[in-house]
Amino acid sequence: MPSITELDVNGITQRVNASSERSLLSVLRDDLDLTGTKYGCGEGQCGACTVLLDGEPVRSCITPVSKAAGKRITTIEGLEQEGSLDPLQEAFLEVGAFQCGYCTPGMIMSGTSLLRRNPKPTAAEIAHAMQGNICRCGTYPRIVAAVRMAAQRRPS
Amino acid sequence: MNADLTRRDFFSALGCGVVILCAAESADAQESGRRSRNDARPQSISAWLHIGDDGTVTACTGKAEVGQNIRTSLAQAVAEELRVPLASIKLLMADTDLTPYDMGTFGSRTTPTMAPEIRKAAAAAREALVDIAASKWTVDRKTVRVADGKVSAAGHFAGFGELMRGQQLVQIIDPQVALTPAADWKIAGQSVPKVDGRDFVTGKHQYTHDLKRPRMLYGKVLRPPAFEAKLVSFDDAAAKQMPGVTTVRQGDFVAVAAPDSESAQRAVEALKAEWKTETQPSEGELFAYFKANARPGEDRQSGGSIDQGMAQAHQKLSQSYTVAYIAHVPLETRVAVAEWSRENKLTVWTGTQRPFGVRADLATEFGIHEENVRVIVSDTGSAYGGKHTSEYAIEAARLAKAAGQPVKVSWTRQEEFTWAYLRPAGVIEIASGVRQDGVITAWDFHNYNSGPSGMQITYDIPNRRIVFHPSKSPLRQGSYRGLAATANHFARETHIDELAHALNIDPLEFRLKNLKDERQRAVLVAAANRFGWGKQKAAAGHGYGISMGFEKGGYVATCAEVSVEGGRPKIVRVVEAFECGAVVNPDHLSNQIEGAIVMAIGGALFEQVHFENGKILNPMLSRYRVPRFGDVPVIETVLVDRKDLPSAGAGETPIVGLAPAVGNAMFQATGIRQRSLPFSS
Repeated sequence: MPSITELDVNGITQRVNASSERSLLSVLRDDLDLTGTKYGCGEGQCGACTVLLDGEPVRSCITPVSKAAGKRITTIEGLEQEGSLDPLQEAFLEVGAFQCGYCTPGMIMSGTSLLRRNPKPTAAEIAHAMQGNICRCGTYPRIVAAVRMAAQRRPS
Repeated sequence: MNADLTRRDFFSALGCGVVILCAAESADAQESGRRSRNDARPQSISAWLHIGDDGTVTACTGKAEVGQNIRTSLAQAVAEELRVPLASIKLLMADTDLTPYDMGTFGSRTTPTMAPEIRKAAAAAREALVDIAASKWTVDRKTVRVADGKVSAAGHFAGFGELMRGQQLVQIIDPQVALTPAADWKIAGQSVPKVDGRDFVTGKHQYTHDLKRPRMLYGKVLRPPAFEAKLVSFDDAAAKQMPGVTTVRQGDFVAVAAPDSESAQRAVEALKAEWKTETQPSEGELFAYFKANARPGEDRQSGGSIDQGMAQAHQKLSQSYTVAYIAHVPLETRVAVAEWSRENKLTVWTGTQRPFGVRADLATEFGIHEENVRVIVSDTGSAYGGKHTSEYAIEAARLAKAAGQPVKVSWTRQEEFTWAYLRPAGVIEIASGVRQDGVITAWDFHNYNSGPSGMQITYDIPNRRIVFHPSKSPLRQGSYRGLAATANHFARETHIDELAHALNIDPLEFRLKNLKDERQRAVLVAAANRFGWGKQKAAAGHGYGISMGFEKGGYVATCAEVSVEGGRPKIVRVVEAFECGAVVNPDHLSNQIEGAIVMAIGGALFEQVHFENGKILNPMLSRYRVPRFGDVPVIETVLVDRKDLPSAGAGETPIVGLAPAVGNAMFQATGIRQRSLPFSS
């Protein structure tokens, strides 16, 4: 079967040897040890596995790795720049927008993509855009607050 | 427990310094006191604390962090008593080789029982530092001060590490050691952020799911087509042909291990198995089944005479309430990594609320001593009462033993919905009597199957019978956040609302009329005031509802505004007041209350496990709806901080008030009474 040999992850070209129908999630986690991206449901329903492909959010658990080849893949590990957190990561910390933290990487990736599309979203727009991400601990109001805080701090 | 872990182990694991052991049981008080011990520790130690010769403070507890933020709250307790900055505390948790025995992280017990123990260890450590300093500097210990991580006396000044250098001291503390009263707390009682929060927003935190061991294989279990199925025939020839695949059959357990998860999936699909299944009860007959199979009840909090109470009543009401099976849906599914050493010692990394229970189960399963089993729990992707059992650890360990290599077994979401256990379903029947003036005279309450938690009443009703009737459950059931307190509060607070409406008395006034408990009254009034209860009429299609309760040391009251359009409820606003004694971390307490309210929305409005003849019909998130962003109302929490009372746990009880408050609000909006959870059923 055809295999994928190269992936652009967080600005680095990674050598892999993955059959093309494997999930992007499995290649990121098992082959590249990028375990910040989580398995939650395997059916694209919970958003824990969200990564960006050329800036667009995808559910990596149902995305074949072949779809990611040749695109810029951004995972939670790629947001921190030279030791500085992304403003949305900072906002999550400041608001305390998590409990167990398992959904947090997917939430931050979905939020990052939303803020790129819509730099000043309303609370309703945030809720709508992130409807596909589940936080079972129920920290949704805090996540909305964190996204809004990050939006306010972005240079407009 | 780790009675074999000797003083030498402490210092080899943690380095030189002082170890403070906290004896959990009063029997140990006889041998407590300020003395060093050279041999094994006493049998009952609840917590210990080590101050290293580099000044590092390590507090150890067998409790597990599953998102309730006890890593932070316990560190606050230690920092408070040791007078050191929070950042200098390291908490070592839930590792059966390195932490004291603990029954498990459940029942909201960490704050009321573990925190005082670990706090005592810290207070004793502080006093030990004073002793060491007094003797080293030959000064009166009364002149020695401990503040900001430093020890000082006239002309002397030292950090903890400096004082510890060369020390190898083990002390068992006096359980009566004086603790700092809540009114004087400086670090505890504050909204400090999650101690290791940065690791969660960067994806660095390593959950069990993220663990990889050298040569690790991926395991996969062949699940039967229905519950209680028996394996009739089995052929693993094709699977065994696959490179690197190991297969295991042990009774009805069949599983494979392979070098990667895709190969494991292919191998398990290549297994040929025939199963024999039995006819089993289905959803439609569930509640009749519970009644038919009920065993003699356990009486809880009965008193007076129901007959007399009913004779005094002007109105009587009998109603039945039901709750469905629901699933925990922890976002990190059940997972374990097992590894056997050449010496036949087993190490299992797993997400569990009962590390020592899992250790015992593994020892039994493999016929080895508990000392040869180590269970390590990484801070886990939530549990909600769902991670008490050992089956996934055993699955991984069986495969690892057969393969001779470490094996990870991570359950899929579908396995999680099907092979874990559920919150019990149940039937609750209430018969009550009330006088025309609003005084409740009789309360006859019977819970079938769902459980006894939270059945007790804070209402002042002299004639009462409160009974739990265990029954047979067609589906596997177990603990869940708040246990049956959600079901029992739903039934009771709905019934109370029905009585208030029957008498045409305001539901708040009706409750207060039957309530003497001051703490319960205080939270009820606090919630009602913040909500603006009685201040204005609900808009057309909207309704207001109220509920209250008490469980696990916490008092709760909830007010909800709901709109109903085309029969579909939308929760608009929720106000919840909660009192659990002295508040340890206000922001984290609010977070728990908000989270519990959100989780409760699922069980109230739409969560339900459907099943038929031994099969779960909706074992996936696309068919089992959990609360999402769009379901969340405006949530306001009111913390009633009682610094004069011991702190109680708060992870569970805030979940119980939402369903009855919302159901009562729906009744006000529509005139239709909700007596079954979820309301969409």
